[in-house]
Formats: sequence, structure tokens, C-alpha cells
Amino acid sequence: MAVKNIVETVRDTLAEEMRRNPRIVIVGEDVGPRGGVFRATQGLYDEFGPHRVIDSPLSESSIVAVGIGMALHGLRPVCEIQFADFIFPAMNQIVNEAALMRYRTNGAWTVPLVIRAPYGGGIGGGLYHSQSIEATFAHFPGLYVVTPGTPYDVKGLLRAALQAEDPVLFLENKKTYRLVKGEVPDEDYIVPIGQADVKRRGRDLSAFCYGLMLHECLKAADDLARDGIEVEVVDLRTIQPLDKAAILESVSRTSKALIVHEDNLSFGVGAEVAAIIAAEAFHDLDAPILRYGGPDVPGVPYSPPMQSFFMPDARRIAQAMRWLAEY
Amino acid sequence: MPTNVIMPQLGESVVEGTISRWLVREGDRVEKYAQLLEVSTDKVDTEVPAPVSGTVLKIYFPEGATVRAGTVIAVIGQPGEAAPDRPGTVDLHAEPGHAAEVEASAPAAAPPPPRDLGRISPVVARIAREHQVDLYQVKGTGREGRITKQDVLAYIAARDQAAQAPAPTPAVQPAEELAPWERPGSGDLFKPTDELPLAEPPKPPAPSPVTAPAGPAEELIPHSRLRRLIAEHMVASKRTSPHVTTVMEADMTAVVAHRAAHKAQFAAQGVNLTFTPYFIQAIVAGLKAVPRANAVWREDGLLIQRRYHIGMAVAVEDGLIVPVIHNADELSLLGLARQVNDLAQRAREGRLKPDEIKGATFTLTNHGTSGSLFATPIINQPNVGILGVGAIQKRAVVISRGHPIEPSAEDYIAIRPMAYLSFTFDHRVLDGAAADAFLAVVKRTLEEWR
Repeated sequence: MAVKNIVETVRDTLAEEMRRNPRIVIVGEDVGPRGGVFRATQGLYDEFGPHRVIDSPLSESSIVAVGIGMALHGLRPVCEIQFADFIFPAMNQIVNEAALMRYRTNGAWTVPLVIRAPYGGGIGGGLYHSQSIEATFAHFPGLYVVTPGTPYDVKGLLRAALQAEDPVLFLENKKTYRLVKGEVPDEDYIVPIGQADVKRRGRDLSAFCYGLMLHECLKAADDLARDGIEVEVVDLRTIQPLDKAAILESVSRTSKALIVHEDNLSFGVGAEVAAIIAAEAFHDLDAPILRYGGPDVPGVPYSPPMQSFFMPDARRIAQAMRWLAEY
Repeated sequence: MPTNVIMPQLGESVVEGTISRWLVREGDRVEKYAQLLEVSTDKVDTEVPAPVSGTVLKIYFPEGATVRAGTVIAVIGQPGEAAPDRPGTVDLHAEPGHAAEVEASAPAAAPPPPRDLGRISPVVARIAREHQVDLYQVKGTGREGRITKQDVLAYIAARDQAAQAPAPTPAVQPAEELAPWERPGSGDLFKPTDELPLAEPPKPPAPSPVTAPAGPAEELIPHSRLRRLIAEHMVASKRTSPHVTTVMEADMTAVVAHRAAHKAQFAAQGVNLTFTPYFIQAIVAGLKAVPRANAVWREDGLLIQRRYHIGMAVAVEDGLIVPVIHNADELSLLGLARQVNDLAQRAREGRLKPDEIKGATFTLTNHGTSGSLFATPIINQPNVGILGVGAIQKRAVVISRGHPIEPSAEDYIAIRPMAYLSFTFDHRVLDGAAADAFLAVVKRTLEEWR
């Protein structure tokens, strides 16, 4: 079994699936000969040619619009948004066209489209190369939003996305691209969309997270384990739809919940998970439900100390966990 | 070992007694059964005899002191024996041999809460309820002493373990070695009360065994399903609601005249006009005036219902059934009469649909049809009230435009069709004044019928 980082896993999975399915095409800025700014499509242009790996203009709206057209005509486009921060010009195409299609045609038409977008901060990217967009898009039914955090889950969820009948926003945390390595089985497997995964079992409290924060939470849990506090780390993996059953099952055992994301704290995934728990696991709760997320400031700052302040990290997550454990 | 003299419980509801006179002093020698002191309560005065022979070691309370039943008021023992400085109490309601000693100032039943429990989380509250845990017994280890889920689970685990382990030797003497005096409710001579309430209410006498055959002059009729249901409902209702019945008398002249004037007209439309629709309309008027009479008692509050579904008790073979006229407030007298005819007819034929016997918010029982003048009906749960209507009878009544009570030149005797209205209500929900307000509107509506 090969050990790979996340960006290698994206590239290898795309290549394997393109070999298998001639309908898969890639559209995006610099995805062709250059192989994408993160090298997620490196070598694909040489292997599959200019008709399947298509360099687009600097126009996210048209990238997605072309993808929607291709999908409606029977292709399986994979649109790359170079940085998730740039997805907003395509918002109308995604929300009002792709996500609506099945509903407005009463199921006659669907848009099997994958939109890949690197998101997240902590890489010195500043205001326009660090944003987290999952909560914004999770608000719209009709769109899957997945946020795998390990190479294994990247392959399994990307393969699931390439088989889905509806649009999938496939969010890759860019700080984890080369930072996180893991074993990726050669065989074909699928991680179903909408399934959370307990990455670490624990009895004292549940930490719900995804993406980069999965790894920060695991580090924090290691820290607390030295004091005998057993934290359960639940990787949500899919944001829309949330795995409600897994969330409630975990809280019913631990009775305490912390939700961590680097996206801004307010109106985010944390609020949604907290509301589910409050509504459906109230009688299992032994402490207030806590959220820990990026501060509500307009962007992730460029200045390194300010960026560090913005990004939730294992040390501060451990503080929140400890507070909850000792409640 | 010194023997405690305790304040007896001189009656079931008597919780304390006043020491009116000590007949002995500390140091006196007393014989068993000799009178020690006189005690007065609000119900009875009596003398308390010595439980044992010995020397009065200590008298804890002076004459005039009022102490709770179960409080140790004196100690008798051998000369020179030590007596505790402070009196305790004996828990009269406890199992023999487990008498708890607590401070005299505390209520005999339970020690005061040792601390403020602070906030209890939902999961702790749920577990405590499911496992009948007294949270005051649980040590909190959370922030600021909060009781955590782990704390309550640990408490339950320890308790269950203790329950399985062999019972430890009790700290107090086993029951057999206690003086009868110290065994509350033992039935012995010194039993301090006529009958001590037990932890559990005594079970009612066992019903006669179902297998007992009927005697030669008897006949056993097996219960029908309907009979059983009625029995269950009646018993459950009496257990659920404190029933009170209030009675008023209505002059039915206006209604009788109205019915006589419209009977033929209704008959032409195939409807038999009885008095029931009038009573239903009068009830609806009463319920609108006193909305609390059209309600359901719930533990979280009183649910006022803004629909008026009137149940109407109908006698059927071997019982009665209560079909419901839904939204009675929206029906005309003709519509009501038609429904009353239809439901009563089908009730007697056993052809009611399940929905037609559900959802009553108030119930009418017309016991007058069998000649009854007034009754104390049982509430049809979960209603707040039921109106019983007695037979309409011509009676001589005094009519007066003068003084309502004192003799007046304007008094005269008239012959009027009269009916008693018996309103049984749930005293948890309504008090007499509100109940009478409802009944007065019913009465006025009938008397002023136009």
C-alpha cells in the first residue's frame, strides 16, 4: 500500500478514474500543461490530451457554466476553482443552475458535476487565498459539500463524487495538501458521501471537525490523553448532508460536544451541529455545547502573527476540550 | 442502655404535641407504665407512660414546649448512665430498626438538604430520574462541585454494588432488641399512634378470587368488554380528579315553549326535537363564558381548548356510551337536533365510528330521562366537567319581583317546568365560584331562551 500526500492522492485518483471513464473531463485555470498551481492535475494533459484536460479563461463563472453544459450532455466534468476564494463569480451558476436543476425539472435532469476547490488558511495566502467557503455553500440544498481530511478519505470521496448524480463541491484543504500523508489502498473503494468517521474513540467528550482541524483536534486529543481525558474525534467528512446519526450517537455516549472549524465561528457548521445536538440530544447533555472556530473577521490576515491568531490550533483546541472535560 | 422517651404521634394528621406538664423530674425513679408527662395537641390531650423502669436521666424540653412527633423528649436509664446532651428524633415512618437520628429542629421525615445542588445538566436529571437517585446523596466533582454524568453513574454503580453485597450490620440495634416503645407502629402497648402511615399505602383487600363458584342463590355474570371499560374509566376518573358537584335549578318555561312551537316544523324536516340540543347550546354558552371549564389539566399547565366538542352520554344495553358532537358551537338548533338523533340512534345500534366517540371537551349526561332529579356524575376524562340534567318536572315555585328573600306583596306561586342542573367539576381546575359562574350561564341561557 502506497503512502501518499493529499495532492498526490487527488492527482492519482483523477488519473485512475479518467483511464476508466472516458467521459471524465477536467476544466480549470492552468490545469493543462502547467498541471494546476498545486500540481493536482500534473501529467494529466500529457496522458489524456487537450480535449479532456482543458485550460479555461480566468472566469470561474464560465468554468462552472461550461461544466454544467457538459454534464447535461452526458460528460462527467471536474471543474477546478484555483482557490476557493475565487468561487464567488460562479456562485450563480452553482446555486441557481447546478443545485437547482434536479428540483426544477422534477428529476428529469441532473447535473453530475464535481467542483474541486482548495480552501483554508495557515499557508500565508492572505485575504484572497485562505478562505473557507463550506458553510456558505452548505446552506443550499441540491449541492453536496465534502471536506475530506486524509488521503484515504480523499480517494474514497473523490471516487464517490465522480459517481454521484448531483453536483459535488469537493473541498480540499490546501494546508493539508503536502502536510498530511497517509496510506492509500490501491484497490477501488468508496467513502460514501454523508458519512462521518470516528477517527479516535473516547468517552469524555466528542470533538466534531474536518479538514485541517481534524489533525489539530487529534493532536489536542493526544495532549489530553496524557491527563487521562479521552476525547472522541469525529471527522464529519461531509458537510452537506451532515451525518446526523453519527453526531447524535457520539454525543449520546460522551454527553459533551465541541465543534471545531477554521471557518468563521458564526453562522457556520458549528452552529448547525450544535443545533442538531441541542434539539435531538438534549437529554444526553452534561455540559454546554461549545464551538471553536476562526474569529469573525473578514479574512485570514497575511501578517504571520495575525494569521496565527486567526487559525485555531491544537494548543487552543486543547484548552477548550479541557474546559469541557472539567465542566 | 438508656431508653428514649419520644413524643408520640397522637393521631394520623397530628405532627406535633405540646408538653403541658412533666409529672417527673430528672433523677426521679419511675416504674414502667407510670405516667411521665401530659401532652396536648389540637385534637387530644393525653398522658405518656414510661416505656421502662429506671431513672429519668434527662429531660430535654421544658413544659410548654411544642415538639414534632418522633422527637426524643427524655431519656430513662440506670443512675449514673450518660445521656446525650442533645435530643434526637426517631423517624416514625422508617422501617423498624432504621430509626434515623437527626437534630430536633429538623423535620422528622428528611434531613435538610446538605447543600445547594447548583445546576443539574439534562443528562444528569434524566439518569437521576431513571434510576431514582436522590441527587443530594451524590458527590459532585465537576466545576464548582457540579454533579457530572460520571458522578451520578458512579453513584449508581456503587449503590447497585452495595445492594448486591450482604447487608452490613445495622448501626442501630436490630428490631428485635429494641424496646416496643422504640418500634413505631409495632402494635404494642406503647405504640405511639393509633396507626402509623406506612411507606406504601396498604393494599386494598384482595378481590374475591375469580375462581370462587357462584353459590346456589347467586348468579355470576361475566363482564362484557364494555362493562369492563366503563369500570376502568369510572375508577380512573375518580382517582384522577377531585370531584365536586354543584347544583342549580333552571326554569325551563322558555325552552319548553320554544320546543312546543318548533317541534312540528322540525318533524317536517325529519328531525325529532328533544331537549338535548338546548342543553348543548346552553353548555357551549357556559364554556365560552368560563373557558377553563373547556380544558385539560396537564402537569405543565392547563390546556384551554377553543373547540367545543360535546360528549353526550347515551344509555345502551349493559352500559353507556358517549358519542361526541364535534364543533357544537357551529351548529344551529336544527343541526344539533339532527346530530343528536343520529348519534343516539346509532349508539343504540352499536354503529358508531371510532372518531365519533373521541375528542369530547365537555360532557352532558341527561339522567333525567330515567326520572332522576339530580345526580353527581363522574367526569368523562380528560374533561374538566360534566353537566347532569335532571327530569323536567312541573313544580310550584315562588316567583317574585320584590325582595328575593324577605316576604313581599309581589310574591306569587306559579307552576313551572323545572329541572335541576348538576355540574360535576375537577376541583384541581375550577373552584366553586368559577364552576358556579359556568352553571349560572347555562341556567340563564335556558331560562332566557328565545
